[in-house]
Amino acid sequence: MSELNEQALAKYRNSFLREVEERVDEGEWVKMCMQCGVCAGSCPFGPHWEHSPQKIFMMIRAGKREEVLASDSMWMCTSCYNCVVRCPRKLPITTIMHGLATYAHRLGLAPKNQPTRDFSVIFWENFTRNGRANEIRLMLRLWFKDGIGAGIRKALAMKDVGLGMLRAKRMSPLEIFGGHGVKDVKGFQAMIRKAQEIEDRKRGFSK
Amino acid sequence: MAKKEYAFYPGCTSHYRGSASNYLVSVESMCKTLDVKLTQIPDWNCCGASVSYAGSGELARHVINARNFALAEQSLPGQDIVATCAACWLNARESKEKLDASAELLADTNEALKEAGLRYQGVASVRHMVEVLIEDLGYGEIGSHVVKPLEGVRFAGYVGCQTNRPFGIAGESFENPVYLDKLVETMGGEAVTDYDQKVTCCGGALAVSEPEKSQAQIKDIVESAYDHGADMIVTPCPLCQANVEIYQADVNKRYGTKFNIPVTYYSQLMTVAYGGTAKEAALDGQIIRATKLEEIAAKPVKK
Repeated sequence: MSELNEQALAKYRNSFLREVEERVDEGEWVKMCMQCGVCAGSCPFGPHWEHSPQKIFMMIRAGKREEVLASDSMWMCTSCYNCVVRCPRKLPITTIMHGLATYAHRLGLAPKNQPTRDFSVIFWENFTRNGRANEIRLMLRLWFKDGIGAGIRKALAMKDVGLGMLRAKRMSPLEIFGGHGVKDVKGFQAMIRKAQEIEDRKRGFSK
Repeated sequence: MAKKEYAFYPGCTSHYRGSASNYLVSVESMCKTLDVKLTQIPDWNCCGASVSYAGSGELARHVINARNFALAEQSLPGQDIVATCAACWLNARESKEKLDASAELLADTNEALKEAGLRYQGVASVRHMVEVLIEDLGYGEIGSHVVKPLEGVRFAGYVGCQTNRPFGIAGESFENPVYLDKLVETMGGEAVTDYDQKVTCCGGALAVSEPEKSQAQIKDIVESAYDHGADMIVTPCPLCQANVEIYQADVNKRYGTKFNIPVTYYSQLMTVAYGGTAKEAALDGQIIRATKLEEIAAKPVKK
């Protein structure tokens, strides 16, 4: 078990709702859910996840900590905001789902080999490296995350898409070598570190 | 002096030979006709997109957006920030609204921004290009530049998610926004107004990580365009454009369909209707050629 998870367990004991309220983005909204289920019926990936947002919110209130944080549901959010605009209580559901994903990942409880979790980590590393997202490096990292063999198979499967993009001049192999970015990379990274430090302090992650 | 001037936030995919470079080229052509001056925010950075949340909590994501605002305020004072990408606009606007609503968040953000020698004042507004067209210029003005009406071409207006929810264009409904249809009609084209997948999610970033699930969405989006007799799909979102265009061959393999429908940007339609060449409209950036637009672009303007 990660040290952060042990610390959280000791701190919050049986109040998972309070833990979510204090540590998850927009977590203070969870108690406002009235269990109508509109979110569940509005999600484009509804047939695929284990728990609907409605269920996740009730499970949080019921203290089902392990099940919530290990759920694959948050990682299925496409950020379409359909649930948000339809929610009669105006919960920022998309942000809460992202926040739960962030927290589960941080504690080391998120499902292993969840493809969107991997993509999310890779994306963050990709654009914080020099301030801008680099499409070709992003794709290569993603394809080769499970080793050379799997990467080559994936690249071959995507060959036609890649060639189409190349022909349409919408892919630049030269971007592999560094690529576009901001000039003030140092300042950009320093300000992100500072933001994380402030947030960690306020949420009680750091001592 | 240009009629309107904006601090432009083009976004990562717009860069030279990026996946939405055709969007940028056509927006620049469209704005030239409309006498709209776009000046890039110097040294702008990524908005964090929709899927980077595993890497960090929300403060850092507000800070990266605030960096762009601070740079815009510093170099282009008094100008609204305009994004063309749906996700850039959504993330920037979300950060802007939260920062404006919370003094604590603003203080934390400025403490972090200090590390980059910047300060966000809270002045600049965040707009989408579609808002500039509809609200700042208006249908009358954007229609007045049409020299080649897109007659006889039927467009399925695929609005998608992030220019529609959670903020959307003022006065439009989330379930059935009509601005894109109105834009098409203003350009002299025929809008497929009963296109029932216009706000369906294409899978967004998950088209990459969850291709099977996303391609089921894409199949519905394309199939409905065919069912309603559209010649092509038009969209305001670069991720919608890419996902719905480039995976049609994969969808065909998976479902035994024979999809091959062009997916264009509103700015490409407008550039052609304004008398621009295929190159100025970046029609050479289509993977599935928009031949009906190419034909109109090749015709001389009627005197």
